[in-house]
Amino acid sequence: MRDVDATGPAPASEALTAPEHVRTTRVGVLRRQLQQFLAFASLIALILFFSIADDNFLTWSNITGILLSTAVIGILALGTTFVIVSGGIELSLGTGMTLAAVMTGVFLTNLGWPLLLGVVAGILSGAAMGLINGLNIAVLRIPPFIATLAMMLIAQGLALVISGTAPIYFTDVPGFTDISQGELIPGVDLPNAVLILFALTALGAIVLRKSLLGRYAFAIGSNEEAADISGIDVRRWKILIYTLSGVFMGIAGVVLAARLNSAQPALGLGYELQAIAAVVIGGTSLQGGKGSIVGTLIGALIVGTVTNGLRIMSIPQEWQTVIIGLVILVAVYTDNLRRGRDG
Amino acid sequence: MNAQLVRVDGVSKTFPGVRALSDVSLTLDAGEVHALVGENGAGKSTLMKILAGIHHQDEGTVAIDGRVVEIDSPTAAQDLGISIIHQELSLMPDLTIAENIFIGRERRRGFGLFVDDADLNRRARELFDHLGIALDPRAKVGSLLVAQQQVVEIAKALSFDARIIIMDEPTAALTESETHALFGLIGDLKRHGTGIIYISHRLEELAAVADRITVLRDGACVGTLAARDADLRQVVSMMVGRQLRGQTRPPSLPGDLPTVLEVRGLSTKSLLKDVSFSLRRGEILGFAGLMGAGRTEVARAICGADRTDGGEIFLSGRRVRVSSPADAARLGIGYLSEDRKRFGLMLDQDVAFNIVASDLRRHVNAAGLVRDDQVRQTARRYVETLSIRTPSIRQRTKHLSGGNQQKVVIAKWLARDCEVLIFDEPTRGIDVGAKEEIYSLLRTLADEGKAIIMISSELPEVLRMADRIAVMCEGRLTAVLDNADADQETIMTHATKLVPGGGVAA
Repeated sequence: MRDVDATGPAPASEALTAPEHVRTTRVGVLRRQLQQFLAFASLIALILFFSIADDNFLTWSNITGILLSTAVIGILALGTTFVIVSGGIELSLGTGMTLAAVMTGVFLTNLGWPLLLGVVAGILSGAAMGLINGLNIAVLRIPPFIATLAMMLIAQGLALVISGTAPIYFTDVPGFTDISQGELIPGVDLPNAVLILFALTALGAIVLRKSLLGRYAFAIGSNEEAADISGIDVRRWKILIYTLSGVFMGIAGVVLAARLNSAQPALGLGYELQAIAAVVIGGTSLQGGKGSIVGTLIGALIVGTVTNGLRIMSIPQEWQTVIIGLVILVAVYTDNLRRGRDG
Repeated sequence: MNAQLVRVDGVSKTFPGVRALSDVSLTLDAGEVHALVGENGAGKSTLMKILAGIHHQDEGTVAIDGRVVEIDSPTAAQDLGISIIHQELSLMPDLTIAENIFIGRERRRGFGLFVDDADLNRRARELFDHLGIALDPRAKVGSLLVAQQQVVEIAKALSFDARIIIMDEPTAALTESETHALFGLIGDLKRHGTGIIYISHRLEELAAVADRITVLRDGACVGTLAARDADLRQVVSMMVGRQLRGQTRPPSLPGDLPTVLEVRGLSTKSLLKDVSFSLRRGEILGFAGLMGAGRTEVARAICGADRTDGGEIFLSGRRVRVSSPADAARLGIGYLSEDRKRFGLMLDQDVAFNIVASDLRRHVNAAGLVRDDQVRQTARRYVETLSIRTPSIRQRTKHLSGGNQQKVVIAKWLARDCEVLIFDEPTRGIDVGAKEEIYSLLRTLADEGKAIIMISSELPEVLRMADRIAVMCEGRLTAVLDNADADQETIMTHATKLVPGGGVAA
């Protein structure tokens, strides 16, 4: 395609039909679809495998159990997908979620605020942590890894300090546990926590794919300097991206607290790594610029399914962790293979 | 003496969307300097990378010492005695000279756990003595001048006992005396039977250094001639593929064009001093000057990418504050960086994404969601009007050729309706045909009323395109010339000598 002479530009339509190019693009599009499809196919394969391995696996109560246990990690993973697509990383998810749960406990149990107000305030405390992360990263230019590592420790400590190291129970807050344990759809045995996960997935997918924030997350993750020169207010969008992740962190805190009927200040560390694992298994690149929300949901379900399936097969918990680690390696390696030298 | 070191036979290489080399043949004898010339994108670096084991050819063979070899990795190239000195230096600034030269080949001590620094420095010392280089091997590379780093690169190449050395624009960053020293070094290497493939844009120096010259154009060999009796004009016309016509100049513009952008007293802490000029509607203002004169810095200061320490910017007579590229974009100032891949494009995203990147806000509906149908429409419109050659708007921009990538960046700013467009080296890395298209595009944009700044290091390009020419030297604006009054000599005079009194008001 270099045979353009100096006499003038060739009509674009001529080049548009160049066969070798068309082939390249079709392969490109196919590859992108393959990425999602493979993650989904692995999930199906896993479900098939476990249902053959154990009769109790494919029962409604076990499936809802998987979904319920996936909900919290899944919600965290959805939020952090935005961060990772923008080329950042978020390590304060787990303990930040815990602090948000403890704050919800403070608002509802200790201060006796009305349910809705307390829940919203709890979610906002997550958003506040995300906002601080965003400010530290975008304004003070602290690398995301360091900024969120610091926030991870700060949140962990504050959760213990504020709660006096003891769990805060929601026994006196009527209706609170319904947030996770209730069943909104009559006649269908599906806990609300799962519905929240699905609703947030749909919402998150629209925001990532269709909103300015989502597009700019891709732009920043692809090439931050070019995004800046293009007139995108990179600082502002980064702050918003981390704040959004904080909102998801807050929601996860409320959902977890409602599921356990308590805010457990010592719980939460390690959730961030499982969430990041879900994002990566779902095909989002840690280098930024690539990723999808649906992929993240599938990734979270894979993590949940493997954990649950292994437990049902009575494989000790220590080994479950080892196997999740292997799943991450396999997922990322196959992704590399698929992209080949193209990546 | 005249044993054949390298024989490249019918080599072709295709990248997605670009045929980079087609049926190229070339030989290199022992003790010979074989110059490889051609416009940017002619295929020089691809050929070089094939010899260095970075790429592998699709067709054709490479023989070393008469034996056909597969150079499938940089290590394999090293083992065959091929060393490459890249244009972009690939040294690690925080390591010492000796550490850089022998990286990966350190002698160990203490059960192979520790690097024997004394041995490292001694070996580097020996190498430098042999080559007559006066540098301290223990100095950190980051503390060296660019020219000294170049010398380190050459020493490193020689430390591999390379018999075949590929030099990519080795004199680009060197002063005249350093260039002479380098030529002396090359003379020594020749006497030792080393073969050198010498890539350069500076045709004048080829007569002094090269034995043979091979011209590449659009990925193909145009011809090989003996350097001794080569006519440089002939070489140039072989490179561009046509006889050089008498220099065309832009027709003079009407004198009453309204001023769009005015810059007064622009200064930065690091470089710029009191830069003042004005830019009129429909005009192309060229910025000429040597590397490091501050042309890019002026552009970055105007578009808010770098902090300024003084100066005022007026747009259509109104004073504006530009503290970020986002501000500049809002005000209608677009900057197209010389480094497209770093500052211009999101290479992993598709053409449509890149074209609307700056203007996405106007492609959302009331609910704040991006209207992809509109995005596609905008993208298609610009692909058509700018003749961007891409199989579809979904093609990732990294698969486009340099010229088409540049057009995507231009489209991005046109979509944003920028009144002021600042092009920094708009034709760098673009092949000849596409260059012509970019030129006519710039002229069309100016005729449509855009105000254009074009920074360029190629004087013929400046003279051909710019209505007026601003010349910079060491952070100051030393002249603003009307095209009719300018020629290469006048520009170079202003670019090399600091005219007393500094800034010239335009």
